[in-house]
Amino acid sequence: MAPAAKHASGKAPLAKWELKLYVAGQTAKSLQAFSNLKKICEEHLAGEYRIEVIDLLQNPQLAKGDQIFALPTLVRKLPEPVRKIIGDLSNTERVLVGLDLQSLPPGKKL
Amino acid sequence: MRSPKASSRAKAIKAGSSGLLKCPTGIHGLDEITEGGLPQGRPTLVCGGAGCGKTLLGLEFLVRGALEFDQPGVCLSFEETADELADNVASLGFDLAGLIKRKKLAIDHIYLERSLIEETGEYDLEPLFLRLGHAVDSIGAKRVLLDSIEALFAGLENQAVLRSELRRLFRWLKERKLTTIVTGERGQNTLTRHGLEEYLSDCVILLDHRVTETVLTRRLRIVKFRGSMHGTNEYPFLIESDGISVLPVTSMALESAACLDRVSTGVPALDSMFGGHGYYRGSSILVSGTSGTGKTSLAAHLVDAACARGEKCIFFSFEESPGQIMRNMRSIGIDLNRWVGQGLLHFHSVRPTTFGLEMHLVKMHKIRLLHAGTEPETRSILLRLIDFLKEKQITAILTTLTSGASHQEQTEIDISSLVDAWLLLRDIETGGERNRVIYVLKARGIAHSNQIREFLLTRNGIELREIYLGEAGLLTGSARVTQEAKDASAALLSRQDIERKQLLLERKRKALDAQIAALHLDLEAEELESEQLIAQEKLKLEKWERDRGELVTSRFANKAPQEESSSRPKVRRGRS
Repeated sequence: MAPAAKHASGKAPLAKWELKLYVAGQTAKSLQAFSNLKKICEEHLAGEYRIEVIDLLQNPQLAKGDQIFALPTLVRKLPEPVRKIIGDLSNTERVLVGLDLQSLPPGKKL
Repeated sequence: MRSPKASSRAKAIKAGSSGLLKCPTGIHGLDEITEGGLPQGRPTLVCGGAGCGKTLLGLEFLVRGALEFDQPGVCLSFEETADELADNVASLGFDLAGLIKRKKLAIDHIYLERSLIEETGEYDLEPLFLRLGHAVDSIGAKRVLLDSIEALFAGLENQAVLRSELRRLFRWLKERKLTTIVTGERGQNTLTRHGLEEYLSDCVILLDHRVTETVLTRRLRIVKFRGSMHGTNEYPFLIESDGISVLPVTSMALESAACLDRVSTGVPALDSMFGGHGYYRGSSILVSGTSGTGKTSLAAHLVDAACARGEKCIFFSFEESPGQIMRNMRSIGIDLNRWVGQGLLHFHSVRPTTFGLEMHLVKMHKIRLLHAGTEPETRSILLRLIDFLKEKQITAILTTLTSGASHQEQTEIDISSLVDAWLLLRDIETGGERNRVIYVLKARGIAHSNQIREFLLTRNGIELREIYLGEAGLLTGSARVTQEAKDASAALLSRQDIERKQLLLERKRKALDAQIAALHLDLEAEELESEQLIAQEKLKLEKWERDRGELVTSRFANKAPQEESSSRPKVRRGRS
């Protein structure tokens, strides 16, 4: 997860789901969050998402834009409205609620 | 004006043995109470209910720090955006946008909306540190305001994480030696709703506002200040046009200088009651009395006299409008209008209920000489006011209404110990009329008269009458006039009596004199007669002696003349 941004899947301009993961360095928590997110996305949004990882240690000023106050934070930029999920994303249920994917049966693609 | 004073005080504290550095807030009055400012490099908790001025206090701390102490500040706002904050304090003359542009201030708004946030698993609040750190570094900030960090409690579920992160945050602030104000909403029985005080134990300031009989009074109290002396009272404060003013008048030391200058009251007879020279400049004079005893008229005299000396006066009237006062005073021959025209007199007429008491006090702060007509209910504020005026060497005339029912010398006991001179005006009701009397109840440092004097409100102002003490005691008004007339006629009678007696005596003396003269004449005549008789007798006696000598000579005609001389006594002896 060394690069600041990482395209997990799909074509960048066409991604239906745009997600930003804010972290501060490669802590255990941020790595955990990234792998959890990756898993959920692959499971629910395969091919339609883009994850951007932002390291606030390198760009602290970016925290202001998305009103980040906790880490790690996942921001759903698209589709609107913007949603935020904080924590290491270990509770999949809560992540799905946060991303508005709860109603979808697991495994089904959007 | 504030900053050099405050900084010098801060330096003085630094030099002291306490070792605790203080960061001057620049907020009027607060540095006095805290004896120099907030603990430098440590967080201070400012708590209080909604609308009591926490945010404003914090912002003023930052703004004054930036402007007066060259200490840039960062505001981390959880409630309002930078623009909102700027708008809110623009009315106080704080130009936040300008300060931000000049890199004296940074505002970071952190927005929390619980409904848009989902929490899953472990997290920390590192971005707060990052954002704060970034803002602090970008302008080299020395001061921080966290307003109000308690919003985090509402926005986050995981309290355990939050609490440990807050602990870390405050430690972090201390490590970076940032003087911080943390605001917190007041809880039910705790200082803050979420117990922030357990993390912030160095200095806690409690703000409060209370409405008593529809008048709001803001108060400030320092709950704790570790390692430092501080004022412990509740101090009223207010938010006025240039920020917060705390009024720590009760903490003032009694250092007011004593003026030796005596000035006239404008009523010559009253001056003489004050030992002949009037009252001391810079003293506080209380004029108390029941309604209609002429308190305002007397105050107007003093104002008039002060203006005539070219001194500036301000007339606070809480009952009448300036026009009314001037009209009424013209009826007793005092033209206050000309002083207003010359800029020596300023009227400040406002209903007491329009503002809180502190606002009145602050309005009074901005003046040189004060004449206030005020209500007796406001003792504590008067206490501070009088203290303040004394310190500033401002002469104060305070009129106060005492209710007729209570004892006139006890109603204002709180103030009376503070004022230097106390004139009591009274009504004396006798013979179907009321008459006004005045007496000097006290006058510190002046050998004042002990007499109760009647006075009249005439076309030419107040005129004191010589006091009349009749057999039945003090007499005033017509009773006095009647008694005076009676006395005059009695005096006339006795004067006539004396004259008559003197006349009589004179006549007697004249008669006696005549008698004496006659007797003298008698005596003279008698004397003359006696002398003649004596002379005749003497002649007779001489003649007889001569005759006898001749007889003897004739008897011893044969004897020798030598024997004659020696034998003559023998002969005389022999004859006898």
